Amino acid sequence: MKKETEPDYKQDIAGDGIHSLQKVVEPHQDQGSLAVKYVLIGVSVLFLTLMLILPLAVVTANALREGWVVYRDTILNEYTVKALGLTVLATVAAVAVNTIFGIFAAYLLSKFYFRGRQVLAALIDLPFSISPVIAGLVFILTFGNIGWMGPFLKAHNIKIVFAVPGVILATIFVTFPFVFRELFPVLNAQGKDEEEAAALMGAGGFTIFWRITFPHIKWALLYGIILCTARAMGEFGAVSVISGHLRGKTNTLPLHVEILYNEFNTTAAFAVSSILVIMAVVILIARNLAQHRTGF
Amino acid sequence: MEQQIIKIKNKHGVRVIPGFGLCIGVTLSMLGCLVLIPLASIFVSAAGLHFSEFIEVVTSRQVISGYVVSLSCAFSAALINAVFGMVLAWVLVRYEFPGKRLMDGLIELPFALPTSVAGIALTALYSDQGWIGALFARIGIKIAYTRIGITIAMVFVGIPFVVRAVQPVLEKLDRQYEEAAMMLGAGRMRTFFRVILPELFPALLAGFGLAFARGIGEYGSVVFIAGNIPNQTQIAPLLIMTKLEQYKYADATAIALVLLLISFLLMLLINSVQIYMQRFSKG
Repeated sequence: MKKETEPDYKQDIAGDGIHSLQKVVEPHQDQGSLAVKYVLIGVSVLFLTLMLILPLAVVTANALREGWVVYRDTILNEYTVKALGLTVLATVAAVAVNTIFGIFAAYLLSKFYFRGRQVLAALIDLPFSISPVIAGLVFILTFGNIGWMGPFLKAHNIKIVFAVPGVILATIFVTFPFVFRELFPVLNAQGKDEEEAAALMGAGGFTIFWRITFPHIKWALLYGIILCTARAMGEFGAVSVISGHLRGKTNTLPLHVEILYNEFNTTAAFAVSSILVIMAVVILIARNLAQHRTGF
Repeated sequence: MEQQIIKIKNKHGVRVIPGFGLCIGVTLSMLGCLVLIPLASIFVSAAGLHFSEFIEVVTSRQVISGYVVSLSCAFSAALINAVFGMVLAWVLVRYEFPGKRLMDGLIELPFALPTSVAGIALTALYSDQGWIGALFARIGIKIAYTRIGITIAMVFVGIPFVVRAVQPVLEKLDRQYEEAAMMLGAGRMRTFFRVILPELFPALLAGFGLAFARGIGEYGSVVFIAGNIPNQTQIAPLLIMTKLEQYKYADATAIALVLLLISFLLMLLINSVQIYMQRFSKG
């Protein structure tokens, strides 16, 4: 930033009299604001180190505490691999469902005017403000033995609670608004003139979306999918309530971490955590690349 | 042809883009099946409770203490996040320094890191034997298994909300006003508090509210560091969890209902601030 402003500054001195005022103010300001700059950067670095970097370092240090062989055996353990499989399944399902929903909902709310738009937008955001534990609870109250759909499901021998479908439903619930939240502002800012022009010239609904709307939102969509993936693979509270902690069946990786930790198998817990840390870091890098394309 | 398309009208004008029916159908049915119907179940089962039972559950000492712990820790965490989030946003927008992009990317770590991993990592770090916990233990401060630990976990999950709320507003802020204030003789502090902060305040408040709401509902990262001592460090979501494990579904529903109401009120407050903010900037 400094490099950019300096030539201007010199030009200004050479230029008209008004700008020479800056010359008087700037040097006096520079020393002080430089000190402020370093203090603020220092505070930020310290804060991030204490809150974010050291926890990552702790995971790595503890995971490798008993050596590489123990680490490898832990992450290749049968239950760990099964938990990873379920995490991937739940994440893919949540991302797919929420992407479809996000596109339709964002298109609906930005291209059409109808009564109750605001209410609908607020309802879509609901899962953001709900505790994950409550998100799990609502599915037990719906599909569990005591739930109002319980007798029906039991009669048809469908298991949702304490089974894989429940885990997937809970994951979808907590990540529900993610894709919508990223698409909506972009579509809203774009307006609907282009779509209207295309419609008046006779383009069909799908053509309009694919040829006009989609090019505007593709990076925002990618960004939303990345955020949704991050949240879905890491969901703990909601899944914890509904999974019933059946090892090898309804255990996702974050739940597996908890089980190992509560069994005082700390090294294994941190080894499994390290897989999730790697996944999180990969997602963060992807997010940064996508962000530079969207220009947020 | 055109006349056929332009037949659906409403007060905002003409609806010419096709696909309204499909969009609203898909949106409402998915929202209904996946969110609203399950969510309604909590009200259905709460309606089955006797009012006296309900009051008895939510006013028991343990539950009240759970609400107090959740709310007070989430509030202090959101305050801490408001201060540091503001500093981080400022540093990321206004300064150039090596490693800036790395720092910017790190902010979202709490979104991407599973809460159980964050929970055990923070516990290991801040317990009496942990790298930081040991330093504090020497001067007699216990962090893990106290409310300080709960607050730290909530700071961890809440920090991106404040930074990401303030950052875009700060980026768009016109620097002319600061320069004018400086030139008119205002000091740096005065310029910040009188010129910059009022502009950022709505965004800061929105970030604060989101971090607060997230802290109240947070479960995964908090349970490990909290230690869950009855009436001292038990958070409200944990109480719901405990009741569920004891198959006391009615009690769990009652506790959840009150927690839901608290977070709805909070979201309502945030939304009204944002609406006020929009009117203010447009007006």
